[in-house]
Amino acid sequence: MPETNDAFVRFVDVQKSYDGETLVVKNLNLDIAQGEFLTLLGPSGSGKTTCLLMLAGFEPTTHGNITLDGRAINNVPPHKRNIGMVFQNYALFPHMTVQENLAFPLEVRRMSKGEVEGRVRRVLDMVRLGGFEHRRPAQLSGGQQQRVAVARALVFDPKLVLMDEPLGALDRQLREQMQYEIKHIHDNLGVTIVYVTHDQGEALTMSNRIAVLNHGEIQQLATPDTLYEEPQNAFVAQFIGENNKLLGRVTSMNGMNCSVEVDGGGKVEARAVNIEGVGSRTMLSLRPERVQINPPDGQFPNVFEGRVEELIYLGDHIRTRVSVCGDDDFIVKVPNASGHAALRKGDDVKVGWAIEDCRALDV
Amino acid sequence: MAIADATVQGITVDGVPLKDKLRRATRTSRVRAFLLVTPLLLFITVSFVLPIADMLFRSVDNPRISSLLPETVAALEQWDGKKLPDEAAFAALAKELKLRREDRNLGKAATRLNYERGGMRSLITKSARKLKRVERGPYKEAMVEIDEKWGQRETWAAIKLIGKRYTLVHYLAGVDRRFDADGNVVTQPEVRRIYITIWGRTLWVSLLVTAFCLLLGYPIAYLLATLPLRQSNLLMIMVLLPFWTSLLVRTTTWIVLLQSNGVINDILVWVGILSDEGRIRMIYNMTGTLIAMTQILLPFMVLPLYSVMKTISPSSMRAAQSLGANPFTAFVRIYMPQTVPGVGAGSLLVFIVSVGYYITPALVGGSTGQLISNFIAYHMKSSLNWGLAAALGAILLAGVLAIYWLYDRVVGIDNMKLG
Ligand SMILES: Nc1ncnc2c1ncn2[C@@H]1O[C@H](COP(=O)(O)OP(=O)(O)OP(=O)(O)O)[C@@H](O)[C@H]1O
Ligand SMILES: [Mg+2]
Repeated sequence: MPETNDAFVRFVDVQKSYDGETLVVKNLNLDIAQGEFLTLLGPSGSGKTTCLLMLAGFEPTTHGNITLDGRAINNVPPHKRNIGMVFQNYALFPHMTVQENLAFPLEVRRMSKGEVEGRVRRVLDMVRLGGFEHRRPAQLSGGQQQRVAVARALVFDPKLVLMDEPLGALDRQLREQMQYEIKHIHDNLGVTIVYVTHDQGEALTMSNRIAVLNHGEIQQLATPDTLYEEPQNAFVAQFIGENNKLLGRVTSMNGMNCSVEVDGGGKVEARAVNIEGVGSRTMLSLRPERVQINPPDGQFPNVFEGRVEELIYLGDHIRTRVSVCGDDDFIVKVPNASGHAALRKGDDVKVGWAIEDCRALDV
Repeated sequence: MAIADATVQGITVDGVPLKDKLRRATRTSRVRAFLLVTPLLLFITVSFVLPIADMLFRSVDNPRISSLLPETVAALEQWDGKKLPDEAAFAALAKELKLRREDRNLGKAATRLNYERGGMRSLITKSARKLKRVERGPYKEAMVEIDEKWGQRETWAAIKLIGKRYTLVHYLAGVDRRFDADGNVVTQPEVRRIYITIWGRTLWVSLLVTAFCLLLGYPIAYLLATLPLRQSNLLMIMVLLPFWTSLLVRTTTWIVLLQSNGVINDILVWVGILSDEGRIRMIYNMTGTLIAMTQILLPFMVLPLYSVMKTISPSSMRAAQSLGANPFTAFVRIYMPQTVPGVGAGSLLVFIVSVGYYITPALVGGSTGQLISNFIAYHMKSSLNWGLAAALGAILLAGVLAIYWLYDRVVGIDNMKLG
């Protein structure tokens, strides 16, 4: 689906600077397919909002082009772009009722009264807010306001909807419910959604693809599972999910794999993903759930002596902190399966993992 | 369980009603709070409540004639006003006129009567002088002999009217009305009509000043609320600068600028837009009043507007545009309605202040730019008709309260933001 020539939204060599000195967005190239749910994920200040604002037309690009449905939109003013947008603080019109808020985009498009009413009713049903037509935003709860904001961005049938951390102000439970609802709406309507968040869990559950941004650059653009399983660089590996890191130096290359001399002692066989060659420094990335404690002999090429430092009982698994290869912050998730050997703090254990689960990345 | 039962019935555990307990617990803090506001309460009473009460009393109080001509007033009590009064009234008046002439209070009575009816002063003085020679009655013929006005019932009706201890004549005079001989409310004769014009002018000037302030203040407030901090701070200082300058200095500056040989006229003549004879009169008339008042009252409009605009989230304009509204529509339909509380507060403030404005019209208003306050001042300081001044003040107060009430009904005073 991605990387086709007829991409629906396309950023070509886009750069952005607010002050003429620093580039907030550096050379962004991104294709978004029709009907896709694409998430821009990154830490605060990484340029996510800036990308959305450029797409919506509120900020000019400093360099490069943005095309929408094959048309360059650099010179199209925001109100002619036909892009729905959900703002972080919802930006509902406080002096209008829910009904009036939703009717606004239809009225400025000069739709007939009957049509406006029909559409408003349909979209209110969709977000399950029937009966709230005559309330003002101030009389709604945060979650309800959020739904009105989503409904308003959808009511005029835009092909593209932008959402800038729309769930940031909600509590966790409501946030999870709204994630599900937004995803559901996306599946039903088939609109293209560009979604901004700095919550990786949210990104993983909702998106078709995720673009991880840092310092105005895309670090990796991939589906959620690829992003989690196969991070391409140290930043992504650390930003998405939990990650054990072992720093070391590459001593030999061997096809897809390589040997790494870890700084804290020990020689690890790893998959060579993003290293410059023999002698270069590398960061080994290992997911805590891919490490086994006391594996059967001969199962893994990588087996090391370690000692249990801390145990945290979490119900379905036990988070075990181990010191291994000079790293005393090495986390292992031990599943709480029946018959599993009970560990105690201070136990000496063996720790092992497979080559393909250990990725040698840049530093 | 027992405690739960007790609280249901409003009684604490030891059996005292909850309300009493609460009252006792908060008594000290209430006493302290009251003591703290006492100075303010006293100040407001002395400087605000008492003067207004005094003003309202003076506007209906009318002691002069009833104390100077008590017997005449008493004799006229029974008079039905249809024909001339009987001999008793004539006799009483003749006697009292002579007495007042002797104790030198005649002038006061004459002046008071003259407020109500032109020509009374000379009639009274003349009659008192001539009555000295009339020793015995019947006084009726004698007085009509002295002046035929004593044969007209309107003259007597005026005395009866002014003789009342409490009266509404000041209020009527304040709106160019009076009682005729039969006690009906009628319009003043043409030459004595002034206040309706002045009230109208006061309203008109206030409305215009409010409108000008809104027109000028709205963009300024918008800039203040949207410019980056550094520029907006500078702008704010420029808005407030006039506040820190004396009112007199500002008004005098307008005189320097606007007078016939002032800076603006000089420049226009120098550039050649005006001929030297064609200099525009921009001051000592209504124009002067309008210009100077608008400038002085502008901050009263800008500040409430600014404080409201500051709270409007910039993303609501963006949202409107993303929904398909062009910038103009977005401004008119989304931004402006959100500024209504500020517009209301600013307009109310400017309007109410202008309705009672005194110093600027007095300095630059000439004769056509005088407002009602200037007439109130005139009656207090020059004509010494305090009753009329008080009545005009009371009407003004009632008008302001009415506007406030209307505003509350239409917009709601809770929606007002003053900063
Ligand atoms: N109007 C502006 N003027 C100048 N600099 C700006 C402006 N808006 C954003 N920036 C800068 O651009 C960078 C990226 O900002 P942006 O708002 O895109 O970040 P973000 O990824 O959305 O962050 P967050 O998750 O905190 O919302 C930041 O360093 C910010 O300081
Ligand atoms: Mg942001």
